[in-house]
Amino acid sequence: MIASILLRLLYLVLFLALPPLVLGVVNRVKSVFAGRQGPPLWQLYADLWRLARKGAVYSRTTTWVFRAGPVVALAAVASAGLLMAFGGSPAAFSFGGDFVLFAYLLGLARFATVLAALDTGSSFEGMGAAREVTFSSLAEPALFLCLATLARATGSLSLTGMLGPALPDAWSHAAPALLLASIALFVVALAENARIPFDDPNTHLELTMIHEVMVLDHSGPDLALILYGASLKLFLFGALFVRLALGFPVQGLAGVGVFLAGIVGFGVLVGVVESTMARLRLVRVPQLLVGASVLSAFSLVLLLR
Amino acid sequence: MSTWTELVFVLVVVLDFFVLASSRLKAVIRGAAAQGALLSLLPLLLATGKVELGHVLVLSIGALLVKGVAIPWLILWAIREASIRREVEPIVGFVPSLILGAVGVALAFAFSSAMPLPMPGKHADLVPSALSTVWTGLLLIVSRRKAVTQVIGFLVLENGVFLFGLLLSDFMPAMVEAGVLLDLFAAVFVMGIVIFDINREFSSLDTEKLSALRD
Repeated sequence: MIASILLRLLYLVLFLALPPLVLGVVNRVKSVFAGRQGPPLWQLYADLWRLARKGAVYSRTTTWVFRAGPVVALAAVASAGLLMAFGGSPAAFSFGGDFVLFAYLLGLARFATVLAALDTGSSFEGMGAAREVTFSSLAEPALFLCLATLARATGSLSLTGMLGPALPDAWSHAAPALLLASIALFVVALAENARIPFDDPNTHLELTMIHEVMVLDHSGPDLALILYGASLKLFLFGALFVRLALGFPVQGLAGVGVFLAGIVGFGVLVGVVESTMARLRLVRVPQLLVGASVLSAFSLVLLLR
Repeated sequence: MSTWTELVFVLVVVLDFFVLASSRLKAVIRGAAAQGALLSLLPLLLATGKVELGHVLVLSIGALLVKGVAIPWLILWAIREASIRREVEPIVGFVPSLILGAVGVALAFAFSSAMPLPMPGKHADLVPSALSTVWTGLLLIVSRRKAVTQVIGFLVLENGVFLFGLLLSDFMPAMVEAGVLLDLFAAVFVMGIVIFDINREFSSLDTEKLSALRD
């Protein structure tokens, strides 16, 4: 009992501490592909520390909505982490249907960011907000269909049950459907976290940006909250994908090791995708997202038959 | 063994989606070729102990050579000669045709168990995958403008028919199946000639222009 509680605490501490490192892994892989030395793995920690000590600049047209945006977004993403069953161990909180709350806590984070972007009154940020909302409305069905496939395969309606001990059994009798669902989930993870091929996290050019454009007006501690929140979100999707893809039974500390290795592998995978693919043209993005939805719908059909 | 068979069926249906969604002709041709090559694995995977091995091998190797190699090579050669790369502005867009394809696949999987079949006892995914592939081929034929894509649609349709034919492969003599493959080969050959005539006449492969012909 105490061991189980300690394990959950350990996972929560890892969830709060490690995400910037995952982004470091992604950037390191991209540097290796480009033949550069690249920033150190802990670069984002240093960035966050630097930003946290700075003052913030607020435009006179903004209201409290703009200041609330980063705080609400980070709080929502961090609370979503409480529902996630990291590495297959039980989540801090779980109840039937908590995956809906999980998805909509992430949705709330996006909503807060979009409101803050619209609050600046800049047409540029409005455009980014419109794109972000359009694409996430297409990514959401894919995410829900993936989770529904998981729910059907494991016969459980909470994330703890879906990702828990029932998952290895589900792999043994429904491997093709779960494989399709993991591919679709990886596409959703790339789209939700604004990575290539959907969005380029490095550019600040108006024609290419979706997510980055919305955070241009934030500075100092607010920007630090946003960057940290984005890394937490990547970690959450990574945890979901890793547990789904590596669905073999492991317990206790060995499970933590496998989980961490899987997360590093996820970072490497994202880095490889970003290094080898170009960003899609904006008109092609909905096509890929609809494709992901269709794949996950097909995986659900395979299980419902 | 059964998981691998199921994986092949799933990949065949996923390739249906791929063929519906991509606009680059080379990618579409490769998708159809990969589907043909996957289909050639199925006679081996589905073979029960009763049938003689020679029949199954001939069927499988024949399908691989015709569907996976010869016809895709012919079509690739045709698009190189006609120098076209993409399907631009199909009559039904890529996203709607993908969604239509998904609806067709869902219906095929939902209702195929209700169909009365002469030979029950084959793999449960066989009939729905065959119906989905036929549906994809029909969609490609009616919703694209370029003659080459329509030929690929016919090829995918024929893949579906082949898949359905596997249901009867225990009774069907090899000659009938060879006849089917030969039919397909002849059809693609004729279509290749037609493609060249359209291309020479209008210097494009848009079949819409055919409706402007008068005698």
